[in-house]
Amino acid sequence: MNELWTYLEANWTQIRGWTLTTLWLAAVPVMAGLVLALPCGWLAHRYRWAHGPFVSAMSIVYTVPSLVMFLVLPELLGTKILDPVNVVAALTLYTFALLVRTVADGLASVPAHTLATAAAMGHTARQQLLSVQLPLAVPVIGAGVRVAAVSNASLVSVASVVGTSQLGQLFIAGNNVGSLAPIILGLVFFVTIALAFDLIIVIITRLLTPWHKAVAS
Amino acid sequence: MIRFDSVTKGYPDGTLAVDNLSLDAPSGQISVLVGPSGCGKTTSLRMVNRMIEPTSGRVLLDGRDTASIEPAELRRGIGYVIQQAGLFPHKTVLDNIATVPLLLGRSKREARNRAAELLELVGLPQTLAGRYPVQLSGGQQQRVGVARALAADPPVMLMDEPFSAVDPVVREQLQNEFLRIQAELSKTIIFVTHDIDEAIKLGDKIAVMRVGGTLAQFSPPAELLSRPRDEFVAGFVGRDRGYRALSFASTGPLPLAEEPTVRLGDPLSAAREREKDGWILVVGQDDAPLGWLAAGGLTDEQAKGSAGTDLLNLGGTLATKAGTLREALDAALSSPSGRGVIVHEDGRFAGTVTASQVLARIETRATRLREGAIRSATGVCS
Ligand SMILES: Nc1ncnc2c1ncn2[C@@H]1O[C@H](COP(=O)(O)OP(=O)(O)O)[C@@H](O)[C@H]1O
Ligand SMILES: [Mg+2]
Repeated sequence: MNELWTYLEANWTQIRGWTLTTLWLAAVPVMAGLVLALPCGWLAHRYRWAHGPFVSAMSIVYTVPSLVMFLVLPELLGTKILDPVNVVAALTLYTFALLVRTVADGLASVPAHTLATAAAMGHTARQQLLSVQLPLAVPVIGAGVRVAAVSNASLVSVASVVGTSQLGQLFIAGNNVGSLAPIILGLVFFVTIALAFDLIIVIITRLLTPWHKAVAS
Repeated sequence: MIRFDSVTKGYPDGTLAVDNLSLDAPSGQISVLVGPSGCGKTTSLRMVNRMIEPTSGRVLLDGRDTASIEPAELRRGIGYVIQQAGLFPHKTVLDNIATVPLLLGRSKREARNRAAELLELVGLPQTLAGRYPVQLSGGQQQRVGVARALAADPPVMLMDEPFSAVDPVVREQLQNEFLRIQAELSKTIIFVTHDIDEAIKLGDKIAVMRVGGTLAQFSPPAELLSRPRDEFVAGFVGRDRGYRALSFASTGPLPLAEEPTVRLGDPLSAAREREKDGWILVVGQDDAPLGWLAAGGLTDEQAKGSAGTDLLNLGGTLATKAGTLREALDAALSSPSGRGVIVHEDGRFAGTVTASQVLARIETRATRLREGAIRSATGVCS
């Protein structure tokens, strides 16, 4: 325990910098991935022919090992290998791959008769999507985003291998100097960040779905 | 008026859901589509608001071809109620009701005020305004469904088995309130049901459909009962149609007999002195009949008490003076004393009738109808 404190105090400035970068790397790809997944998930839901290919393609993306992704993306994007943009791009791609399907499933989870009623009331297709289908898909989408956020947080640590300075460096440092302290510290930070993100997403989902918790009284 | 003009709907698999339907649903009235499951009722209904497009033929709203009206615009002018209400689970009761006014561009405030008015119209307390549909009973949901359909005050309403999923007691309440609201608002309504009793109760005109999507008969309920056009209609309308037809025959001036009564709480000795054939009618402070008391069987000891509700026989039904022959006959048949209780419109006791008196009326009416039928039949032949 003491050892951890000592290490933390000695390296505080550096660790603080790493923490900020980690938070950023953990948050931005999830948001970006969700923003991209919404229209694509809608396409996959709306056009049956798009659903199969889309979902398979995304599963394939998801099976590409993250390390390979971090190394190959700079080639594709023409960025420098140490540019943090690579990490953001790779992680966004993963979240996107995970969430396209979630969004499609979420939209499909809305009962057909509810949509038919919306149409019969005189909603245009767009009004139906925005004011009925999307709000009702939030519980399913929210659950998917939680999974994506946690898996994204753990992928961030792998990115330290390609040299971005974030909390993953603690694992490398621990390995280099043969000390457990930085490794344990890194673990604590990552778990805390993952849990915090999870909690934030749960709270946002709840706020967006006051009806979901309502029960018969 | 809603006009179906030779409307046919066929599906690619060869099913003819609706076959050459022509029918005029009159303005301000309830037209009921009734028939066995799968006969094309829902399909017919949904062709009015273009949720389904006819394969051929036209549907006209006050002379205007619905095919020429943009679907969303058309639908905002047509109230739509379905079985299980189809409420939006993520919206509160008030927001559900405010849906169409908001789609029509009313302000949020205006739409909500209107929704609150409708809550009252359909008999729901304002305390439900902030609830979500899952927090309501089936009957309450159905009321919200009706309120939502009425929110933008559309001239036309389409209702697809709206009361089928609730229990019989609630259904009857909903039907009665629906009739009360319709008497106030006079909408042009097409109402779908598979229940002939509901059709007869609610319909100003009833369209009986048969499987294959053809129209078997389109008539007012009394005519449907007294003159079913063919075997199918006769079978569908049911065996006791002769009795049910009495629902459409007003009693006319009944020979009301005077009846001794006691008030609730009066001494039983008084009840015993005044009973007739062993029974005496007990009324409340407002003169409304409460039930029959078997005063003839009271012992001296028992007669020292007073007439309490625990002693009442509640078996008899009440009929109103301006009611139907069916109600009057039922009142007489169900009364433990054999004397049917008739009340004024405001619920005060008016007098009693016996079953044989009501039957005499029914006889007179039947004779008159027979003679009328013979006259019109010979009229057709000549
Ligand atoms: N999409 C469809 N494809 C083929 N047949 C259909 C379709 N929708 C309805 N039908 C058929 O059309 C007929 C009428 O259906 P419907 O109008 O729902 O009947 P009802 O409301 O009277 O029970 C039924 O035989 C039904 O199976
Ligand atoms: Mg139906």
